[in-house]
Amino acid sequence: MSDKIKFSIKNTNLHYGNFHALKNINMEIPEKKVTAFIGPSGCGKSTLLKTLNRMNDLVEGVKIEGEIKLDGKDIYKDTDIIDLRKRVGMVFQQPNPFPMSIYDNIAYGPRTHGIKKKSELDDIVEKSLRDSAIWDDVKDRLKKNALGLSGGQQQRICIARALAVKPDVILMDEPTSALDPISTLKIEDLVVELKKDYTIIMVTHNMQQASRVSDYTSFFLMGEVVEFNETDKIFNTPQDKRTEDYITGRFG
Amino acid sequence: MSSNILSSSIKNEEDNTNQNINNKKSFKLSDFYELLAKILFMICAGVVVLGVVVITVYIFIMGLPAIFEVGIINFVTGTKWIPSAEIFGILPMIVGSIYVTIGAVIIGVPVGIFTSVYMSEYAPKSVLRILNPAIELLAGIPSVVYGFFGLVVIVPIINDTLGGKGAGSSLISASIILGIMILPTIITTTKTALLAVPKKYKEGAYALGATKVHTIFSVIIPAGKSGVLSGVVLGIGRAIGETMAVILVAGNSVIIPTSVTDPVRTMTANIAIEMGYSTGLHQEALFATGVILFIFIMSLNVVLHFVQRKEG
Repeated sequence: MSDKIKFSIKNTNLHYGNFHALKNINMEIPEKKVTAFIGPSGCGKSTLLKTLNRMNDLVEGVKIEGEIKLDGKDIYKDTDIIDLRKRVGMVFQQPNPFPMSIYDNIAYGPRTHGIKKKSELDDIVEKSLRDSAIWDDVKDRLKKNALGLSGGQQQRICIARALAVKPDVILMDEPTSALDPISTLKIEDLVVELKKDYTIIMVTHNMQQASRVSDYTSFFLMGEVVEFNETDKIFNTPQDKRTEDYITGRFG
Repeated sequence: MSSNILSSSIKNEEDNTNQNINNKKSFKLSDFYELLAKILFMICAGVVVLGVVVITVYIFIMGLPAIFEVGIINFVTGTKWIPSAEIFGILPMIVGSIYVTIGAVIIGVPVGIFTSVYMSEYAPKSVLRILNPAIELLAGIPSVVYGFFGLVVIVPIINDTLGGKGAGSSLISASIILGIMILPTIITTTKTALLAVPKKYKEGAYALGATKVHTIFSVIIPAGKSGVLSGVVLGIGRAIGETMAVILVAGNSVIIPTSVTDPVRTMTANIAIEMGYSTGLHQEALFATGVILFIFIMSLNVVLHFVQRKEG
């Protein structure tokens, strides 16, 4: 891999109480590419995603060992958690816009980080909505409650909300699993568009989605990374028998 | 409302009867018990509605003549209450009730909301095991005990620190006691509302780099605001209707207070203090005070209705 490394994960283990959820993970995630995490339910792919912005810290009884570096700095030792989450945005499985206006949703992050000026906020809101390809849908109803939008639109609002904080990395946790096929395709197009400026790491259950949008794919099984490689290689010439079995639909 | 209940229950009965005919079953004793039980439940529900209607009608019948005799404007805006001279103006009592309630809200609402936040967001289970029963107990203490506590503890403290015409029996003493009394109402309602806020909002805020406190104030409380407001309105209702505790600590002078240390008389206190020995127009004027109080409470219920409808 010749690309610049964004996230470097070394010998990382994660326990929920007695459950060993991630087993000795080693991975280098390249910058400004789409990396997909695939694997059956409960394989640890979402868990690893959530360690990258330390959302797992919220879970009671979680224990994380090893080293995860963002641009060479350990995110558990040398990085402030607020700073980390500013740089590593997240989009969730269920669209979760706040129960407030579209404008306030997008402005939430910038306001939280101290931007008060109306004109500056206006610019950020417009740019974020344009970058998420939803500006034209909502520009006339920015003051309307975001919960009135369709699921696909809500998810793009959530992407815009993440972009408004100007992150480097966007984590997406099965961002289309709650959406219809058309909304799903729109989000996929958007992801491909966004990778010009952002590093994207995406958990997906959908094999076609991984092959359509990702540059790199990592296959997880029972808390281990079985194989991590360029998406073409994973899907066409998998090195591990288990990867082959999974992508050809023999289990999972 | 009650006629709706009646007609729908009649319809149900018809359905049941049809069923019985279709199934060609004979009338059994168990069917009779079912019917009897249903009628019993219906009568109980009817008593509730009847109670409200009878009390309302009675208060208005007893109170309206005095309002007309004194004149509605004179009655509501009059500042003198001298029963022996048949002068009945209840503005001091209206103002007293409002001031005391505002004071209770200023004291009780922040404490109540912050307690709810602590309970829903911070408190470990071990602390909740103490807090929950403590709040239930607070709700169960009789109001006369609150009043007695206020009289022997709060009134002397106010007298020593702030003084005042009533030697501590004052607007602020009443507000403090009421502020404590409305806590269980506000805490229970607010806590329920905050716990009902979906976790995904919290995650969304955290993922954007918001701190816990910022998330609580910018996302969780706004998301539960109709529930929080319901709690506040219910608390106001409790405060404005409270009588015994207020009588014991408020001083009960019929003056419009100009300072928080002035004694006040609320509408409820006015009725309770004088009803025992009043006759004639004086008694009717007390019922009329009840009419005004009733209108206050009704208005609060209307507000509550709209607040809760927004929620759903």
